[in-house]
Amino acid sequence: MSAISMILVVIVAFFAGMEGILDEFQFHQPLVSCTLIGLVTGHLTLGIMLGGSLQMIALGWANIGAAVAPDIALAATASAIILIQGGQGTHGLGSAIAFAIPLAVAGLFLTMIVRTITVAIVHFMDAAAAQGNSRMIDFWQIVCICLQGLRIAIPAALLLIIPASSVRDMLSAMPSWLNEGMTIGGGMVVAVGYAMVINMMASREVWPFFAIGFVVAAISDLTLIAIGAIGLSLALMYLQLDKGGSGNSGNGGNSNTGDPLGDILDDY
Amino acid sequence: MQEKKVSLTKSDRLRVAWRSTFIQGSWNYERMQNGGWCYSMIPAINKLYKKKEDRIAAYQRHLEFFNTHPYVASPVIGVTLALEEERANGAPVDDVAIQGVKVGMMGPLAGVGDPVFWYTVRPIVGALGASLALSGNILGPILFFVIWNIIRWGFMWYTQEFGYRAGSKITEDLSGGLLQSVTRVASMMGMFVIAALIERWVTIKFTPVVSKITQQAGAYIDWNKLPKGARGIQSALQQQASGLSLTKVKVTTLQDNLDSLIPGLVPLLLTFLCMWLLKKKVSPIVIIIGIFVVGVVGHVVGLL
Repeated sequence: MSAISMILVVIVAFFAGMEGILDEFQFHQPLVSCTLIGLVTGHLTLGIMLGGSLQMIALGWANIGAAVAPDIALAATASAIILIQGGQGTHGLGSAIAFAIPLAVAGLFLTMIVRTITVAIVHFMDAAAAQGNSRMIDFWQIVCICLQGLRIAIPAALLLIIPASSVRDMLSAMPSWLNEGMTIGGGMVVAVGYAMVINMMASREVWPFFAIGFVVAAISDLTLIAIGAIGLSLALMYLQLDKGGSGNSGNGGNSNTGDPLGDILDDY
Repeated sequence: MQEKKVSLTKSDRLRVAWRSTFIQGSWNYERMQNGGWCYSMIPAINKLYKKKEDRIAAYQRHLEFFNTHPYVASPVIGVTLALEEERANGAPVDDVAIQGVKVGMMGPLAGVGDPVFWYTVRPIVGALGASLALSGNILGPILFFVIWNIIRWGFMWYTQEFGYRAGSKITEDLSGGLLQSVTRVASMMGMFVIAALIERWVTIKFTPVVSKITQQAGAYIDWNKLPKGARGIQSALQQQASGLSLTKVKVTTLQDNLDSLIPGLVPLLLTFLCMWLLKKKVSPIVIIIGIFVVGVVGHVVGLL
């Protein structure tokens, strides 16, 4: 890897680290960060494919209440670097994903450290505010953001220093059963993210939507956009009917007339 | 009170909106988003208050505890801007009123931001991008990035302006219909799409062979009797299209049986198991590691 590529990788990692906490532009999402690392190292397609795989795993990862989701920023950047340094091409995808998961856990501790340091910095902000110095408040805010960037940029730089050959040795020392097993695990682990989301949103009212969505997805001709459109339409229809229902409840005193099909059946 | 009125121009409000992009930058365990909040308000404070002691008081009251979903902070910022503007023009808006509005809005709004953005929009846009990216298509990441940021920035700017115009009246609207409707639609659509994603993207394949049946002649392609050369390929493809099997022995794995029952049943059960474990307060990280262990062990014993 050339020196310029390395510097660019560290910059990408820095942005991913910033975004890992800001959660605005989504540079930390693997779809974006792995692609960018692929781009600056000249392995664009490989980066995109890794990004897609990791994105699938991390779809439902969000910090919910007290439960903290694994840190996808470190996982995405570090596994992209390992994949590209390893030089196995698409065969390395499985092991790169396998490396990503423990890294995502390790990233959590780094986040906690930075957030604790930030407590002290906020007190510097208090001091700056007491002096009426808004420049210093700005300065400390930027320092905090940079700390979050370094949280990922430093590990990324360390990974780059390890010579590519030893990364390769390490990867080839991994037995194939472990590699394949991790790939299989990667296919299943997606469920955890979905489970987190469902636990958060589920209520008696929305379970029928879940059932329909599950059944409809088996029709493989439908693209995700089509499924999204069906879901949105159903939700809007439901809401409209719900509103209409409560509006009409005043004049719907006679329950027999409320159901046209029932009336027809009664006539027989 | 015949002083000239100070008001925030559109460019002031744009600067505040841009800074609010970094609201989580100094997230800390003590007062959470307070630093980022104050950082966002600074252009407005400096515009509205000229006296140093007024500024100091303003900085300090905006360094109080604040925490909500980062995008739905925007309407709160809008309302706070309106309140600060009134106060700077001499209206009797005290610290308690401003802090009250902030705290009063952040709770209910966080309840909207999480389901809408983290559990509905991001999984859908992410899955769309990822499904393209799996085959190495550059459109995947580009679509994800562009769609997400258009939605995000549009939402943030529109709701900040909405909050600014509505001012303190917005607190009355909050408990009312619109917000609740948005949350309900998001959670219904989210559940629908999540169910579809479980069916499509959670992959478990049980490899044990259930049966091996030698098929009758005519049910499979007889490779020895095909014409030579390209015509042979053509005829093989035609035969396959008309439903003939490629091999003489039909192998049925456990997965084939399960698929003919309900496709995606096992992924669904796995998801329910995860939900149950999460409800039992098992850490998601433990579950993730556990699944990888199951994957490796299952593969070694030949089950997966």
